[in-house]
Formats: sequence, structure tokens, C-alpha cells
Amino acid sequence: MMRKVLVTLAIIGFAFALLPMVFEAGTPDAPGGLASAYLEKSPQDFATANVVTAIVVSYRGFDTLGEVAVLFAATAGVGALLTRKRLGLTEPDAPKTPSTEILYTATNLLTSLLVMFGVYIFIHGHLTPGGGFQGGVVIATAVLLNLLASPGSHVAHSVMSAVESLSGAFYVGLGLLGAFLAWGFLDPRVLPIGKIGALVSAGSIPLIYSVIGLKVGAELSAILDALKGDRE
Amino acid sequence: MLIDLIILACGIAMALAAIGAVVTRSLLVSIILSGGVSLIASLVFLLMGAPDVAMTEAAIGSGLTTVVYLYALSRSKQADNEDSEERVENPSKETGVQP
Repeated sequence: MMRKVLVTLAIIGFAFALLPMVFEAGTPDAPGGLASAYLEKSPQDFATANVVTAIVVSYRGFDTLGEVAVLFAATAGVGALLTRKRLGLTEPDAPKTPSTEILYTATNLLTSLLVMFGVYIFIHGHLTPGGGFQGGVVIATAVLLNLLASPGSHVAHSVMSAVESLSGAFYVGLGLLGAFLAWGFLDPRVLPIGKIGALVSAGSIPLIYSVIGLKVGAELSAILDALKGDRE
Repeated sequence: MLIDLIILACGIAMALAAIGAVVTRSLLVSIILSGGVSLIASLVFLLMGAPDVAMTEAAIGSGLTTVVYLYALSRSKQADNEDSEERVENPSKETGVQP
């Protein structure tokens, strides 16, 4: 009882402490200094139609490399922990109930569309909203549908780890190329930046986002497969 | 003005769904409600003009996270069942309880 009263008091205290922020909240009329610098410079510097991508991949590219590394570490951890031995399951599970006809048919129809949509999202990352992370998650969704539709199936781990490590190496390689041929590590101007709005433009940003998309897709598919829990 | 009202309604719905997710006794309902919170949040991001964030929130927050929670829930239920089966088979193994 005493604890509940204290918790309630603490919540009320936080509410009063944060109350001034409520009145300050709102949409600013003009972007701040750094934001307007990005908005003005990124079309000239990198010819990206989507400013968010220019910030994520080039201005703040090192952060993105760190994020990808974190995701890789998380995948490795999940893969190491969630094996059948660790979960204490010695014999294979009882035969799984097959999926329904509706799910099976819908999966067959949707898989190719979902993969295509994911690839579209990350290839057009420099033109339209979205990018490697979102596209990778959409691809992982297609893998999830397939895992649900045929419960006994598995993701091909050799293919996944090959895609994952090759795209990671390609990403770091492009970054190093930027350090040697352009203005700095992960600078996308190793390739001609081209005309704004074209599919082949913005230097190496489409390439970087494509490898990020493949990497994220492979990693999340591996996590989903490990979470099924019947891996050797 | 209309967009402000929609965002306000979304905020209220999010708060209600979040409170429901905490209060409800069923873990399944709780997981689904927290996925719903993310889905409404992605709508709010879209209305506020941040489609990148909205896509991420919709795909990861309401899609993948919900699936991960559901897998974890089914896994913990399996572990529960195995535990109780063991307990029925040899009850003396359990500490502190004498048959």
C-alpha cells in the first residue's frame, strides 16, 4: 500500500516537473541552424532527393555503421543462446500442426511481392522515404510468412551468413574507399553524384543502402529462425 | 486544424491502449495492444510529416516486435507445460514440498 502511494506520488511529481514542456511543445515555423544547413547543402553535396537519407548515410554515416554493428551483435547473441541444446529440448518437438490453406496460399502470393517491395524501398532510399533498415525488415517479414506457412522449414543459414558478412564487408570497403578517394570515411562521392532525382545518382548512397538492406534482412531472418527454437 | 484533432484522437487512443496493455491480465491481449500502440504511433509520425520514422515504426514496432513477443510467449508456455509435467511425474524433486 505504502509502495503504491509512493509510486503514485513519484509519477505525479514527474508530471509536474515535465508540465512546462507541454506548453512549449509545438511545431517550429523554421528549421534550426543545423537542420537548414542540411536541407540546403545535401542536394548540392550528394544530389539526394531525400534529405533524411543523406543525413543517415553520409553526414551521420559513422553512427549508421555503429547501428549495423549493434544489430549484428544482437543477432549473434540470439543465435548463440537460442539453440535446442540451450533450451533444454533433447528430442525434437512433437510434429507441428500444419498451417491453414489460407495462410499457405497467401504466403505463396505475397512472398515475391514483399521481397520486391523491400528491394524497392532500399534501392530508392535516396529518392523516397525509407531505406536499408525499413527494406530489410520488409524482406524479413516475407521470411517470417514462409516460416509460419511451413512450420518445419528452416532458413538456409549458410546463405544468410554469406549474404550478411559479404554485405558488411562491402559496406566497410565502400567507407574506406571514401576515405581514400573522396573527402572522408563513408563519403559517398567516390562515384559521380549525377543528377538529382535519378535512380543512379547520389554517389555510393544507393549501394550503401542496398548492402545495409541485405544485411538487415539476413540478420532479422536469422533472428526469427532462431526464435522458433528448434535449431540444432 | 483537422490534422491536429486527428493527432489528438490518436494520442488519446495510444494512451488508452497503453493503459489497457498494462492493466489486462492476459499476456496475449497485452502484446496485441502494445503492437496497436506502435501502429497508432506510426500513423501520428506520418501525419506529422516524418514518413521515414513512420515506416520504421510500422515495420519494426508493430510488426517485428509483436512477433518476437509472441514467439517468446509461446516458448514460455511450452516451458511451463514441461515443468508441470515433470512435477506430476516425480513430485519429490520439487524443493520444499513433501508429497
